[in-house]
Amino acid sequence: MVETFAALAEPNRFRIVELLRSGPRPVNTIGERLALRQPQVSKHLKVLKAAGLVEVEPRAQQRFYALRPEPLRRLDDWLDRYRQLWDERFDAMDEVLEELTQKEDEG
Amino acid sequence: MMTATRTKNTTTVELEGDRVVVIARTFRAPPRHVFDAWTKPELVARWWAPKSHGVTVKSIDADVEIGGRYRYVLSHGDNEFAFSGEYVEIDRPGRLVYTQVFEAFPDQPTTITVTFEEEDGLTRMVSREVYASAEARTAALESGMESGMRETMDQLDELVAELAAG
Repeated sequence: MVETFAALAEPNRFRIVELLRSGPRPVNTIGERLALRQPQVSKHLKVLKAAGLVEVEPRAQQRFYALRPEPLRRLDDWLDRYRQLWDERFDAMDEVLEELTQKEDEG
Repeated sequence: MMTATRTKNTTTVELEGDRVVVIARTFRAPPRHVFDAWTKPELVARWWAPKSHGVTVKSIDADVEIGGRYRYVLSHGDNEFAFSGEYVEIDRPGRLVYTQVFEAFPDQPTTITVTFEEEDGLTRMVSREVYASAEARTAALESGMESGMRETMDQLDELVAELAAG
């Protein structure tokens, strides 16, 4: 999970992941779409691949990079549990707030 | 007395970069009330423990002034866990900045900036937590997940570490 965070924290890598959501692409079209040089794209793809976020699909003469949804799904589950914890606290806080408002209304 | 069912407000949690977590929610109350619920010890005591995890508030002490300190102690069975920190900025009712450590890991302070903005009589609260490192943030978020699954005391330690975001 640390790897997923680290891989996505770099803005250009995040852009690559966003782009690949629309489907697998070869290195050169990723570079063109994001205005990045190919060696740079290759370097980022290597990190994304190590983090399990992309995989390579050979097609004809080209290597297409495709998104692997599992780490993103795990990240989402992870955040959701943290969110639920805060949600529980805030529900309790709603009751406190309602009481403060009532007290004020009563003057 | 209001009897109609109210739509529940949504809590959102988002990541920014590799050290930041942003928690946001809208409350049906003016900012001054939300600010007070967030800071006054007797009010914090009523919402800060996530009760479904079997955690209760043991004590809440806070000297709410710039440079003042606070300490929140939670308990689970016979075990106690403390969080503490210092108020850096206080601008009631709009803005609050404070540090926070889970006392078991005092060298990893999180800096938390909370803003309370009025929107049509309601309050939009945004809490921005800046962790000491990417690892500290990961540990905090990870413990939140583990806590829901297992109930050993080690796991509880992690849960409470995760609460350090408060």
